[in-house]
This record gives sequence, structure tokens and C-alpha cells, in this order.
Amino acid sequence: MGGRDTDIVLLDKDGLRCDGRRIDQTRRVDIKAGVLKNAHGSAYIEFGDNKILAGVFGPRDVHPKHLSDTDTGILRCRYHMSPFSVSDRKNPAPSRREIEISKVIKEALEPALILEQFPRTVVDVFMEILQADGGSRCAALSAASVALADAGIPMRDMVSACAAGKVADTIVLDVNNEEDQAGQADMPVGYMPNLDSVTLIQLDGVLTPDEYGLCMRTAIDGCRQVYEVQKRALSEKYFAGGGGRERTASMGGHTVGA
Amino acid sequence: MHRTIIDDLKRSRIHKLAEDGRRQDGRGMDEPRRLRIETGVVPKAEGSARVFLGDTEVVAGVKVKPDRPFPDVGDRGIFICTAEVLPLAHQDVETGPPQPPVIELARVVDRGIRESGMVDLKQLVLEPNKSVIGVFVDNSVIDVDGNLFDACSYASTAALLTASIPKWEYRDDAPARVEGQTMPAPITTVPVSVTMAKVNGQIMVDPTQDEWTAMEARVTITTNSDGNICAMQKGGPSGFTYDELERCGRLSVSIGARVRETIKQAAPGGGDGCCGPGEECGHGQQTQQQQPQQEQQQQQPQYGQEPRPYGSGP
Repeated sequence: MGGRDTDIVLLDKDGLRCDGRRIDQTRRVDIKAGVLKNAHGSAYIEFGDNKILAGVFGPRDVHPKHLSDTDTGILRCRYHMSPFSVSDRKNPAPSRREIEISKVIKEALEPALILEQFPRTVVDVFMEILQADGGSRCAALSAASVALADAGIPMRDMVSACAAGKVADTIVLDVNNEEDQAGQADMPVGYMPNLDSVTLIQLDGVLTPDEYGLCMRTAIDGCRQVYEVQKRALSEKYFAGGGGRERTASMGGHTVGA
Repeated sequence: MHRTIIDDLKRSRIHKLAEDGRRQDGRGMDEPRRLRIETGVVPKAEGSARVFLGDTEVVAGVKVKPDRPFPDVGDRGIFICTAEVLPLAHQDVETGPPQPPVIELARVVDRGIRESGMVDLKQLVLEPNKSVIGVFVDNSVIDVDGNLFDACSYASTAALLTASIPKWEYRDDAPARVEGQTMPAPITTVPVSVTMAKVNGQIMVDPTQDEWTAMEARVTITTNSDGNICAMQKGGPSGFTYDELERCGRLSVSIGARVRETIKQAAPGGGDGCCGPGEECGHGQQTQQQQPQQEQQQQQPQYGQEPRPYGSGP
């Protein structure tokens, strides 16, 4: 659909977007690994104005037991928005949207995990959206991937995620909330950079076949950028020595901050 | 639910055949199953269709009622599409709140039709910000043989194309029915979804249930009448390469165009009270009885949700 009517200038004559980014720029991304004490692995991501925590438990015993698989470990994911994460209070019960997102994130992470080594167990991934601002499923997936690595779960690859979309008839990287509401298309993509495999892809909005290809390539390029931040977050926790705990890996239009 | 040795054998046979570009039922890799559509099967619905996609069978019905618009889009009508897999459809279906796969099904079918802009919601406004017409399409899967996504999508589309909706007007601060007058649903395009499964590295269109259980990943892509792509969803425990997705995009356009012709033939749109070439099938009664269940499904499912500490943020 054409998107909602808006007064916001989505793309000005200098090719800048409503938040001042160029079309090939992501918002600022900060990731910190190992932010929770109890979780076996965790990460915190700020992706633009998204603020998301991811915590991982396991491999551990499966409850209820009948869900367990004798051949492999299983993965469970919960994407959940805090009631205060959006302008109007969100009912804390999981919505159909959250259940669907939990499912696609699970299927995006599964190909990266080597759970066959842990039959009859479960790995639980909990993602809490403390503040949402468009693209939260991609941000949550990227954080979950870092949290899984932080938990020491054997992985074939990282899963990095970023959206692309169509705004003012132009394919742009990393659609923000305003652009999502008023834009013409939104395509979140989760991608394993080393295995060159797209493990999450959704689309709403109309694209010509050519735009479809360009949009995918743009999103994959964004995923590669996020991948660099994910790696930096992990190396800062594990290889940066004493100061590593305080630092945050970041990228984006702004200078790297603490 | 438990996997048997037969399931394992079937799976390896499907994988083996896929290597040579063959399928259990002899179809080509990019050949969908036979699609049969009957319309007007539930006369009390404003529009209805019964779709057979191979052995998968779905009944869809359109109901229409005035409603308050969503506060942020007071100048648009409401469109909601749901899907339910009835317990009589398959041995593994249980009653109770919908499970994630069924929620995904309903949302993907809804998204395909919604994002195509098939129903012109601007034409469903009685009084801006106060009263609009809501169009509800409810799908009931009554027999399962894989690819419920496309079967529900085709059923919804056919039901909408043949829908004849009552006229309402806004009088004395309330919507009032204009007796005896109907109009076709305001249709702008015919969305068609095409679901493709990746089985042993091969892409196959319109997977059967056996293929569905043997696949590594799937993708559903919806195209509109202009041959543009308007919605997609990837699922399953593995991934796709860029080239595979590119090819799936092209397949969805070409196969979608053929399916669109079939749907249009079966459901010539825009007629009021039009029943298409559909024959009486005796299902009217049965589908009526399912109505209360469908309404239930629109409510927020109640999950036992323990209170959690929110925002234990950094």
C-alpha cells in the first residue's frame, strides 16, 4: 500500500532522510555483550531509538518434557515488548504480532546453532523490547545472536539483521519508525554473513521485481555492517581486558561513543 | 506427532527425488497442484469460496459490518483476515488457543491481501473518524495437505472478488443500513501468493504436506495484478541464498499470473449477489456452524502469563 499520509519530508532534495541519514546509512548501532548476571549469555542493543535486551539460558532441561527431542536440542524464542516501550501502553500479554515475530526469529537463529550436540535440551532466548522505534525485530535478532555467542553455544555463523525499504520511491537502508508508517515498503532481513544465507525475510509493501532485488541487496549490505558491530561487541567483552566491560561497540552516522 | 520410520523413509525419498528435479506426485518443480474454486458456497456470507489446492481444502467467508475506525487511520475502512485450522482437518490439530504456526498463517494471508491494497479501504468510510465499514474474511481449513498459505490466500481472494456488501449510510450519528441495496466490494487488484519450499537444496512450488515436513525452508511471496511483489514471508529452520530468493521472486510473478487467471475465471469480480460458476455443495450448513468459533479467534488469545519484571534494563 501507499503508506499513510504524512507531513514529514521523507527524502529532501539533498537526498537526506527525515532523521538526516543518507539512503545507504543505518541508524547508530551500539551492542554490548554480557550485560546480565544470571543469564548464561546476554546482550544489549541500541539500534537508533530501539533499546533491547536479550538473555539466553541453556542448553538446559526441557519443560514441559514432551517438547524435548531425542535427536537434537531445541530452540525457544520469546520476543516481548514492554508495556512502556511504545507511545500508547501496550498490553503485556503476548500479541499475535509478537508470537509471529518470536517464530520467525526462532527460525532465523536455528540455522546458525549446532544444537545436535545437545539432544533432549532446550536453549531459551528471551528478547525484551524496552523501547521500540521501527526495526525492532532486526535489532532483537542481532542482539539475540550476540547473546547466544556470549552463552558459548556452538554456532555455524552469526545472524545479523537489518531492514531495507522503499521510502519516497527510493530504496533505503534501515527504515525507521516514521518511514515505516509513511513509507511504501519494509523488508526486514536476517543474514548469516559467512554462509551467505538469508534466514529471515519478510516484506510488506509493493516493490517491482527490480526493486525487490535491490532492496534485498541493500538489506544484506546493512546486515554486513551490523555483523562488524556484533563482532566488536564480543571481542570487547572477551579480548579487551579490564576496560572491556565498560565499552560498547557501535557504528552509524555519529561518532563512536561510550 | 511422533516421527515414525515411515516418515523418515518418506523424507529421504522426497530428498532423493528432489536431487533429480522430481517429486512424489510426478509434478514439475515449478508446477503448482490443480486449483479448483467454487464460489457462493455459503449464501449467508457476503462472499464465500471453497478452494481445493490438491487435497488441501479451505472454506472462506466474507462478513461485513459497520465499525469504529482505528484511531490513527480515521479515513480508512477496516480489513481483517483470519485463518483457522479446524480440528476435523488433520489428526494433529488440537482445540484451544491458536498455536504459533496458525497465527503465522493468518497473519501472512492477511498481510498479502492487505499490502496489495486489494480492498480499497478509502471507499469504506461512512463518516471520517467516526464510522467505517469493516470487511472480515475468515478462513477455515477443513482438509490439510500442505501449503495452507496459498489455499487460504486464494480462498480469501475469491471470496472477496464475489462479495456483495450491503449499503450503509451515516444518519443521526449512527450507521444505518440502506435496505435492499448492495454493492460489490471495492477491489483494486488481485493478489496471488506463491509458496515455495526448499527441499534438499531444490526449490519446489506448492509443497504437499509430505514435502512440507521434509523441507528445510520455505518462502511465500505475494504479487499483485501489475506483477509487482507486495508481501513475503520466509519460514522454516534453514535459509536461502540471495540468488535463490531472486529466483523465487521471478517464479512468484510468473506462476502468480497463471493462478490469477484461474481465480478470476472462477470468481468474476464486481457482481452483486454473484455466485460465479460455483455449484451447490451442501457445505452451507456446516460452515455456518463454524461461525462462533471464527469469532472467538479474533479475540486476544489468553495465555497464562506470569508477571515478569519489566525493564530490568541497564
